[in-house]
Parts: sequence; structure tokens; C-alpha cells
Amino acid sequence: MPFKIIASQCTGCSACETQCPNLAISEVAGAFLIDSEQCTECAGYFDEPQCVAVCPVDNTCVLDTALPRYRAPP
Amino acid sequence: MSTSAQHQVSCGCGEIRETLQVTGKQQGCGTIGGSGKAGCGSQADIGNLPNEVWEKVKNHPCYSEEAHHHYARMHVAVAPACNIQCNYCNRKYDCANESRPGIASEKLTPEQAAKKVLAVASAIPQMSVVGVAGPGDPLANPDKTFRTFELIDKLAPDIKLCLSTNGLALADHVDTIARLKVDHVTITINMIDPEIGAKIYPWIFYRHKRYTGIEAASILSTRQLQGLEMLTARGILCKVNSVMIPGINDEHLVEVNRAVKSRGAFLHNVMPLISSPEHGTVFGLSGQRSPTAQEVTALQDSCESEMNMMRHCRQCRADAVGLLGEDRGAEFTMEKIMAMDIKYDEQPRKEYQARIEKARVTKFAATQQELAGLAIASSEIKVLVAVATRGSGLINQHFGHATEFQIYELSTSGAKFVGHRPIHPYCQGGHGEESKLEIAIGAIKDCHAVFVSKIGGCPKAELIEAGIEPVDQYACEFIDASAIAWFKLYLDKVNEGKIKHVERVDPAARHNAVISAA
Repeated sequence: MPFKIIASQCTGCSACETQCPNLAISEVAGAFLIDSEQCTECAGYFDEPQCVAVCPVDNTCVLDTALPRYRAPP
Repeated sequence: MSTSAQHQVSCGCGEIRETLQVTGKQQGCGTIGGSGKAGCGSQADIGNLPNEVWEKVKNHPCYSEEAHHHYARMHVAVAPACNIQCNYCNRKYDCANESRPGIASEKLTPEQAAKKVLAVASAIPQMSVVGVAGPGDPLANPDKTFRTFELIDKLAPDIKLCLSTNGLALADHVDTIARLKVDHVTITINMIDPEIGAKIYPWIFYRHKRYTGIEAASILSTRQLQGLEMLTARGILCKVNSVMIPGINDEHLVEVNRAVKSRGAFLHNVMPLISSPEHGTVFGLSGQRSPTAQEVTALQDSCESEMNMMRHCRQCRADAVGLLGEDRGAEFTMEKIMAMDIKYDEQPRKEYQARIEKARVTKFAATQQELAGLAIASSEIKVLVAVATRGSGLINQHFGHATEFQIYELSTSGAKFVGHRPIHPYCQGGHGEESKLEIAIGAIKDCHAVFVSKIGGCPKAELIEAGIEPVDQYACEFIDASAIAWFKLYLDKVNEGKIKHVERVDPAARHNAVISAA
């Protein structure tokens, strides 16, 4: 499952954008979005998802349960 | 933030001495420049403040109390991201009427910020300093912060640059800070003991990892002090801000003061916690109280023998514009700036600032003249007086228009600025119907007099009723000289037995008078 941002909680601070190792986060029309195609849950980069670790509002960057967990390509 | 200018030779050193009196002793700048005492002929009166330090602070409103009457600053909100969480900050909360750190109405790109700086500098010639102070942490947004400084340096090289950081990432950026000629850096240091830090900072984000508790506070403290040492070693002036949180770090801040002084900090700014449930901060919701004005002053006094203490901080927004204590940010929204035809010209700014310097000399001479008369008097009496001013060191504001009062302590050694009392609500919407007059009187209950340019009959009567003398005979005259002149008359009356001196103490007086009144 890639991560997603709960827009109503997001302060728009952009902290996650610069920390994402996959450059999967961008600001679109004032809201920050995670590109589910790009997000690897930080697998292969860091022990903890960077967007979650840096976000100032708890439970704002969360796993998108509508999508399957990320699997590293074989 | 900072600035410079050269006027010691032409204007004499009196004014410089005045700045020293106001900012206190200068031990803190020992590591800066390393030149020790000035030893500079006609400038010898600047005491042991090295020339290069004086040049840096003399028109930086946040680094010199005297300068804050004359020079303005602006913050550009290019740094929204933060790398730590503080219990006195709620990043979700924003309000156009709030005036406190961490708040900004619109975040700017570096290009927008540079345009805004030119617009403000053209409209407000006394604007001498641009700072990046959030609304997050400038060094958690290094690309945006430094790009902003590069653009400003290119477009308006006469404007000084300044930043205010929590210090976590500081040590990584000291070279860039020095290269970009950012010669004033403020670090917020609330503790040197991680156990205390754990009560202030729930977490930090450092080297791609979130740390919590004592470990987080320990890393933060180490990095803050390391950054401070690196900056002062390069001759960059450092101010340390400390948020005074009663019951958590209030007593501990004396140790913080010693720690930062020994590492070469130039100035220490102990400021009161702003805490209110509607801000939604951890401290606001837990009922953590703010300190009273007396508690803050007592702590500042106890640290003052160690180093310079800042007492004129207004805890401004991350997008504040104007003199400290005023905010003209609403005149410079991006929408308005985009519609402006901006032609930046240094010359009118230089001429305006030269006039400011002349006025400062006149002001100093007036103070000296009054002080000479006072020197004869011998008295232990000390009184506080409040002043309504719109800047320039003058009594030039109507009582009813004042949004704050500046507080001066008068004694036979002269007039000393000791703080300010805001009388406007932090948020216009959130408070009761208490009249502005009641709030204003409540804010200055410990003062013997209030100096104004004008005052209506009704408030005059109510002030007298409250035991505060309304003084309007010094309208549009210099604050210091007028206050000293009034104090001489006061002492005369006491000595002649016409009046009896009574101590006025108001233990409830707060920096934020509205919170105490609410």
C-alpha cells in the first residue's frame, strides 16, 4: 500500500515533499498529493516512511488501504 | 537580521553610549571579532563593544533596543516546513489576526519573497533587515531560504539578512550562512537539560529518523550548542531566544543563559510563553500558564548581570512587516504586490536613513541634557511609566490609538526601557466585551504615569482615578528626555512634600494584557 495524505489534516507545510526519496509528493493546486505509482513506502531507502516521520500532524500521512502493499520489483 | 552605517565620527559617541546603556553590558560579544575593547579614539565611548559589532547592531531593530525605535524589519514566509515539534506550536492553526511566531498568512516562493522585499523597501525606507523566521524552520527549508537570500542580495544589497532557527540543522549550514553574509542568526534554545527538553519537544526529525523523548531533546541540545559555537567562531552575531514556561524551564533558563553566554551569544531574549486553549497547542490545551510580566522581568534581571538581555521583543509573526510592535503585512499581500509598479532605488532609502541618524543624535543630546540635571538628585525612588509611541523615539501617539505601551523604568540613573505591554487582543474574535480602556488601564497598573501625544477627557479622568497620571505636555518630544524631565519634577514634588511617593505593584501584569484580562 502506498501512503496517501489526508487533505483535511494537511497544513501544506511541504516538509514531506523534500524528504520523499521517490519524489512522489508534489503540490497540486495548493494540496499535497502522493503519487501512488511512485511511493515505495520508503522501502529500500529508510526504516520508516519519511512523510510519516516528518509530518507535524499525526495520522495525516497514512497507508492507502484501498491499494495493495508495495512490493519491490523482482 | 542586521544592518550597518557609519556615523561615529560625525555624530559623536554619545548615542553609542546610550545604546550600550540600553542593551546592558557587553560581555556576550567577547568571541565576536575577537578585538575586545574598541580602543578607537573618539569612539572610545562605545565601551568594550567592538566597532564591527556596533556596526552590525546599530540599525537592527531586533538586536538593539535603541534601533527598534527607528528601524523596521520584515519577515518573508518562505520556510513552511519544520523538523521538530514544540509543545507551544500548533502548525494547523492559523489566523490573520494572530500576532505571534509560527503564523503567516501566505507562504511565498523565493521569487515572490524577493519581489515583496523590494516593494516593502521602496515603501518603508526605514526597513533595514529581512529575516526568514518560518513559519516552520528556515534550515528545514534550506534551498528556499538560501535562494531567497541570494535573490535579495542581488537585487537590494543594502538590506541585511537574518534568520531564526531552532538550531537542529544549523551546524550543516554554517558555511552557507557565512557565504551569503547572513550576519545575524537567532537560535531558540529553551533548555540544555534533555529531561527538561523532553517536556517541551515531543519529537525531532533528524537524519531521516524521528526521535522522541529525552533522546530527541539530547540531540537537539547538542546540535543547538554546536551550531552556536560554529557561528560565533565565524564572527556571526547570535541572539538566543528562550521561551519561558513556568514550572518547566523558568528556573533552568539561568543555566541556559550561562551556557549560551560562554559560547559567545551576543544577546539573550527571554520571552513569555504564549498559551491559550484556542491555539490548540499541547501547552494551550493542558492549561500550561504563561508567565506574568513580573516573572519575565525578574528572570531577565537575574540574567542581566551575565549578558545583554533583550526586552523589546514583540514575538512577531513569520510574515511581519514594519517597526516592531506594528504590522503592516496587510498592505503587502502578494495580490497587492503583483499590482505594484516597483522601482527599487537605494538613494532615497539612504537619504531617509541619514535623517534617522541625525535624529538619533539630536535625541541623544536631549537625553544627555536632561540627565545632567538629574545627576544632582539623589534618590532611591524608581518608577515605571508607560509611553504611547509610533516610533522614532518620540511621544507621538494618541492614548486611544495605542496598540501597546512601551514601559520605561525611571531612576536617578536615567530612563531604561524595560518592556512593552500590548493592549490589542491577539485574536480580535476570541475575547469578551471588556472595554479597550479597561484593558489599557489594566495593562499599565504598575505605572505612575502614561505619556501620550493626546488624550480625551474621559480616559484622562479614569486614569487619574486609577492613580496613573496622564501626561500630554511632552507631545511629539523625545521619550527619554521627556521621561527624565517628568521624573525630575516628580522627585522635586516628593522632596518638597507636595506628594507622597507610593510604590505601584501589579503582580498580575502580563506581557499579554488581554489574556490576563480575559
